[in-house]
Amino acid sequence: MTTAENNMESEEKGYEGVQTPLRRFLSDFCEAKLAVVGFFTILAIALVAIMAPFIAPTDPYDLATVSVLDSRLAPGEAMMNGTTAHLGTDGAGRDMVSAMIYGLRISLGVGIGSGLIAMLIGISFGLLSAYAGGKIDSIFMRIVDIQLSFPAILVALVLLVTLGKGVDKTIIALVVVQWAYYARTIRGTALVERRREYIESAVCLGLSKNRIMFRHLLPNCLAPMIVVGTMQIAHAISLEATLSFLGLGMPQTEPSLGRLISNGFEYILSGKYWISVYPGIALLVTIVSINLVGDRLRDVLNPRLQK
Amino acid sequence: MSLSESPTIEVKDLKTYFFTKGGIARAVDGVSFSVGRGKVLGLVGESGSGKTVTGFSILGLVDEPGRIVGGEILYRGENLVSASPDRMRELRGVNISMIFQDPMMTLNPVLRIDTQMIEALQAHESISKDDARQRARDVLGQVGIASPDERLRSYPHQFSGGMRQRVAIAIALLNKPDLIVADEPTTALDVTIQGQILYEVQKLCSQTGTALIWITHDLSVVAGLADDICVMYAGRIVEQGSVNSVLDKPMHPYTDGLISSVPSRNKRGVPLAQIPGMAPSLLKLPKGCSFGPRCAHFSNACDSIPDISNYENGRQIRCHNPLGAGTTLRVTD
Amino acid sequence: MSVFIIRRLMQSALVVVIMSFIVFSGVFLVGDPVEILVSDDADQEEREMMIKSMGLDKPFLVQYGIFISKAIRGDLGDSFVFQEPALLLILDRMPATMELAVVALLIAIVFGIPLGVWAGLKPESLASKSIMTGSILGFSLPTFWVGIMMILLFAVVLGWLPSTGRGDVQIILGMPISVFSWDGFSHVLMPAVNLALFKLSMVIRLARAGTREVMHQDYIKFARAKGLKEQRIILVHVLKNILIPVVTVLGLEFGGLVAFSVVTETVFAWPGMGKLLIDSIGLLDRPIIVAYLMIIVFLFVLINLLVDICYSILDPRVRLQDIKS
Repeated sequence: MTTAENNMESEEKGYEGVQTPLRRFLSDFCEAKLAVVGFFTILAIALVAIMAPFIAPTDPYDLATVSVLDSRLAPGEAMMNGTTAHLGTDGAGRDMVSAMIYGLRISLGVGIGSGLIAMLIGISFGLLSAYAGGKIDSIFMRIVDIQLSFPAILVALVLLVTLGKGVDKTIIALVVVQWAYYARTIRGTALVERRREYIESAVCLGLSKNRIMFRHLLPNCLAPMIVVGTMQIAHAISLEATLSFLGLGMPQTEPSLGRLISNGFEYILSGKYWISVYPGIALLVTIVSINLVGDRLRDVLNPRLQK
Repeated sequence: MSLSESPTIEVKDLKTYFFTKGGIARAVDGVSFSVGRGKVLGLVGESGSGKTVTGFSILGLVDEPGRIVGGEILYRGENLVSASPDRMRELRGVNISMIFQDPMMTLNPVLRIDTQMIEALQAHESISKDDARQRARDVLGQVGIASPDERLRSYPHQFSGGMRQRVAIAIALLNKPDLIVADEPTTALDVTIQGQILYEVQKLCSQTGTALIWITHDLSVVAGLADDICVMYAGRIVEQGSVNSVLDKPMHPYTDGLISSVPSRNKRGVPLAQIPGMAPSLLKLPKGCSFGPRCAHFSNACDSIPDISNYENGRQIRCHNPLGAGTTLRVTD
Repeated sequence: MSVFIIRRLMQSALVVVIMSFIVFSGVFLVGDPVEILVSDDADQEEREMMIKSMGLDKPFLVQYGIFISKAIRGDLGDSFVFQEPALLLILDRMPATMELAVVALLIAIVFGIPLGVWAGLKPESLASKSIMTGSILGFSLPTFWVGIMMILLFAVVLGWLPSTGRGDVQIILGMPISVFSWDGFSHVLMPAVNLALFKLSMVIRLARAGTREVMHQDYIKFARAKGLKEQRIILVHVLKNILIPVVTVLGLEFGGLVAFSVVTETVFAWPGMGKLLIDSIGLLDRPIIVAYLMIIVFLFVLINLLVDICYSILDPRVRLQDIKS
């Protein structure tokens, strides 16, 4: 054990209740009950999505079992094969519960997948931009500025009109829309951090550029990335649903939550509410939970608000 | 006691505590002093000693989570601690006004100077805009601002730091207050400008009979300006008395340390004296005398909080082992 | 100042040109217009005639060049479906969209700023915590779903408001406006609220964050020390400080409202240009898609330009970079 560690330990013994950063973070986070509820809701939703094939009463993608005769059954009615459709069936005769579980899987997958890819791309470009400075920085940031000045929905819409439908294409569109947010955020933080003494001392020690960028700069920029990442994933899920509602994004054969809602929209005026309402609630709970966690994370991780 | 002799402000055993997540911070813990008409009191201490909070307490501007939990603040006999928020608002700016430390921050950046001055007048009396502007103009002239008409139409960012502080002082003087609390108003300024402003404030106060509480950490400012001095440490006054007697013959080891750590020409070549250690956190005050751990005269007695003892010429010291106790007479009650 | 404006103008023109290229090459890939325009039983010769007459046999860059030279003259091509100039079709629908966006913007400002300031003044109170939770909801709720739920509740279940479409239109100052008649107002209310929700949450958050920051400033304490009434401190000292950033952001976001009305117009069958866009995407009506996107690009560049110029006039202290970060 080094002397530094020894010192730290003796200090911890000396002051009762001194917290490690992680413990302090957890206790701060848990102060907002809603955020904790949100966190566990996300866990539960993720579990349901992962386990979809084992949990769902029927397989909504299996055309052999889906019958048009079952279409638009009200919640609680029995389907042809005898299973009860607890939340009714949609226009194609799919059991809503199953369709929603599978839809959740797609929505979450697309949201998280595109969020992570966009984050990787954004971090690379943002860090490079901040670290290189000069021309490279101004060119990158000009691109980011122009892209961010146009609303995400339109950019994604044009892309999907061009690309067509499908999971992969939806993810591509969402990545293109999102990367700039990450790039701008990390560049902003990195620029502040870069001026700090520890980077200067790392430079003075003669460390390589890569090492400084990824081992010294990046870890200190992560807090805002976590916050932006959470919010962006919620945003991506919502955007995917919106695009699917507009008839772009996910194909009819693999309905995401947005597509399910869209399917139900044509029946809403005749009072068959369940086809739109229940998937919407699932979508809402997912997004709200993620945002509650993200909101709290921002408060906790924001050094300016810390006392 | 007749009215003319009674002090403008009298603070008695004031206690202002901050109820924070980490515990109770006793920012001001039993502070007493008084300032008479036309007198200047220097309130001296390090940052965090409670001098600014004392100032804010007098104006009733202590922010959450701070609260005045005990004591009295008597302004011409009226207890401000129990005064209603409305009454406090009436007094602020008219009877008691304040000058803040950082002139860059005290003026609202998006409002013109005339707006900020006229509103200060109109908040307290029904006066027409034109009359108010006239008054504002006159006061700006008094504090040494050239071409006040033009200045009135400017925004704060068009002024230098020294000019802004003059404007802030002008606003404090607008309603001819009886008492001004000045919280380190010259700390952020250049030495030459500091000198000018000190001179002008002193002149204005002696002309109008305004009492002045000058909060500072700079003993040299107090030496030239104040009549009386209070030295604060960790929320308590450790020594008070007239400026001359305290600065010539400091009795509290802390005051002595402060005086010796002022760089001066006479002591060239000799290493500067300094007080060892750091000011304690208000959340973790040492047991007994707060200055104990840093004090060269620490004794077993210092494990208990020392009471105030009175000496001749109205001097008060909060110490078990005062310096030069033999040469100054202790007054027993 | 004029140097600054000229430089900004040139930058804007450059952005328009770049965007026009991106839009053109993107939409170039969409659908085969010949398939749509030629009848099913047309023979090879007729097809080739059609391709030639539309200039589709020329290289891509030449086609782009023709597109640009026509666009400068205000010709963005004829709609395949309506056989009319695409630009005119869109300009015809524009007032409806603008009306919707302006009403939504007003809702966001009129409700957002007071709620946000309130939440910023008393961050610990129950009311302000509810406001903030509500604003998280506003951020989270997918606009189209809220729209559907509004129709379900107010049109289907309660029957208070009409579910879709635009009400009677009057010509006021040369513009077709519907909001001033009861029929028009009842039609615009739901879509406008729907469109406003997201921006409302944003205004609340901006106003709250601004208020919290301003309240901690020395000049607020100094204003108190002057003995000002709390009312004046909030209405003048606080509000004026937070208004500049809020209005800037809102100005920049107006384009976002217009763009996002694509969703709201689809839900409420509002006859604006967003609905036209979605219909045209379904029909693969390429000229309308291109024309819509070009108009939006133009609008965005214009808004950015105006905000930058206004800002530099209003507040010379602030460097332009500050607005963007």
